[in-house]
Amino acid sequence: MSGVSYTRYELLRTLRNRRFFLLSLGFPLVLYFLIAGSQRDVHNLGGTGISAPLYFMVGLLAFGTMSSMLSCGARIAAERAVGWNRQLRISPLSTRAYFRAKVQTAYLMALLSMIVLYAAGISLGVSMSASDWLKMTLLILVCLVPFAALGIVIGHMLTPDSIGPAMGGGVALFAFLGGTWFPITHGFLYDFGQLLPSYWLVQASHVALGGHPLNTKGWVVIVVWTLVMAAMARRAYRHDTGRV
Amino acid sequence: MTTVIRTIGLRKSYGQIQAVRGIDISIEVGETVALLGPNGAGKSTTIDMILGLADPDAGTVSVLGGSPSAAIDAGWIGAMLQTGALIRDLSVGELVGMVASLYPEPLDVGETLEMTGLSEIAGQRTQKLSGGQTQRVRFAVALVSNPKLLVLDEPTVAMDVEGRRSFWTTMRNEAARGRTILFATHYLEEADAYADRAVLMAHGQVVADGPPTEIKAMVGKRTIRATLPGADLDALAGLPGVSGAERRGEAVVLACADSDAAIRALLATHPEARDIEIAAAGLEEAFLQLTGDEGTAQLAGALS
Repeated sequence: MSGVSYTRYELLRTLRNRRFFLLSLGFPLVLYFLIAGSQRDVHNLGGTGISAPLYFMVGLLAFGTMSSMLSCGARIAAERAVGWNRQLRISPLSTRAYFRAKVQTAYLMALLSMIVLYAAGISLGVSMSASDWLKMTLLILVCLVPFAALGIVIGHMLTPDSIGPAMGGGVALFAFLGGTWFPITHGFLYDFGQLLPSYWLVQASHVALGGHPLNTKGWVVIVVWTLVMAAMARRAYRHDTGRV
Repeated sequence: MTTVIRTIGLRKSYGQIQAVRGIDISIEVGETVALLGPNGAGKSTTIDMILGLADPDAGTVSVLGGSPSAAIDAGWIGAMLQTGALIRDLSVGELVGMVASLYPEPLDVGETLEMTGLSEIAGQRTQKLSGGQTQRVRFAVALVSNPKLLVLDEPTVAMDVEGRRSFWTTMRNEAARGRTILFATHYLEEADAYADRAVLMAHGQVVADGPPTEIKAMVGKRTIRATLPGADLDALAGLPGVSGAERRGEAVVLACADSDAAIRALLATHPEARDIEIAAAGLEEAFLQLTGDEGTAQLAGALS
C-alpha cells in the first residue's frame, strides 16, 4: 500500500550501490574538465553567444542526467532478470507507486549529477544570477521527463545484457544530436536534432542570454515525447509479467 | 464464502506448446493442497494464472470470490515463485520490511524473520546469501504479507535438508492457523507428508485429485517390462495382479497391483518373455496409468 516507503527503500538501494553512484557522477565530471577546461576563455562558442564553460556545463549535464534517467532502466532490467518484477506484481504495489519510485530515484541521481557539474562550472568561471540558475535548473528538470519514461520503457523491454549497448549508444546519439559535444548550428543534423528532447535540454544553457531558451517547437517536442514515452512505459510494464 | 481458488476449464498455450489443457480445481478455505507433477506438467503455468501473472487463453480463475488481480490488490495472496533471486543492496531485514510495507496487514517483520530462521542474518546484505538462505528469505517475503492464501511454487528446490525440515515445520504451523496453502512440488513424499490433498498434474491436465495416501497407493505400484513381440494386450491385462498393459515397440509394460502374482502368471503363460524388468513405478508411470487412452501415447512420448 505504502508507495512512500517503497520509494525510500529504492533510494536507499541506489545510494548504497557505490560503483553505480560514483561512475554516474564521476564520468560527466571528468569529461567536463577535459572538454571545457581547455576552452575556459572562449566566451562566444561557435557563434552561440554562450561561453564554453557554460555551454559544456549544460551539455555534459544533459549527458549525465540522460544517463541517470536511462540507468534507471538498467536497474529495472536487473530486477526483472532475478524475477523481482514478478514478485512485485503479486503485491498490492500500484503501477503508479512503482513508476513514482523509479522516477524519483532517477531524478535524485540527476539532481546530484547537476549539483556536481554546477560546482565544476563555477570553478571554471560560470556565473549567473540566482534567478537564472533557478530557471535553468527547472528547465532541465522538465526536459528530463521524457527520459524518465524512456528509462522505464527500455528497462521493461530489454535484458541486462542488451541494455548496456542500448543505453550507451542511445545516450551517445541523443547527446551528439542534442549538441552536447559541440553546438550543431545548421544543416540536416540541426533540423533533426531539434526533434529530440536532448537538443532542448542543452538549450537550457541559453538562459544566460535572457529571453526564452525553449520556443514553442521546444515545448511541443518535450510534451509529445513525454506522452509517447509514458504510454509506451505503461504498455511495456503491463505486458511484462512473464518469466524473463 | 469458503472457496479460495476455483478454476474452470483453464487453458494456456505458449506458441505450439499447450502448457495447460483444461484445468478444473476448487480449493476450500484452510486446505493445504499439493500440486504434484513432473517438470513440464503445467504446474507453474497454472500458478501463474492463479496469481494473475498470465492470462488464460480460455476458462476462468477466481480467487477469494473475485479476479486474481483483485485478490492481489487486496493483499490477500502471498507467493513464492519458482524462479527468482533477491534484489541487492538491502539487508535481509530491510527487504522483508520493504515487502511488509506494501501490504495492508503484514505480520511483524521481526517475528517473520524469527519464524523463518533468519534472525541471525537479518543484517546481512541480500547479495551475500547462500542458495538455501535466499530461499528462506523468499519464503519470509511470501509470509510477511500475512496472506489468506499462500502459494509456493517448488519452495524447497534449493534448500538443504535442515532448511527443508524447518521450512515444513513453519508451513505446518501456518496451515494450523487456518491459512490456505497451495504448493507445487515434484516430490511425492512432500505431498504425502504435508498436504491434505494432492492434485496430480501431467501434460497440462489434472489426472488425479484426492488425499495423498490415495495418490501414493496409485503411484506406489510396480511395473513389469518385458520383450514380448506380438503378445495379446487384452490377455496380458487380464493376468492376475495386472491392472493395465500397453505396448512399447517390441516390449510390453504391465502396470501391476501385485507384481509378485503378476510375474508368476506372466512366466507361466508367456515363457518366451525376455529382458524382464520389475520396477517401482515413479510418478511418471503413475501418470501413464492415470491418463488413460487419450493421453497415453502423448505422455509416453513426452516422458520416455
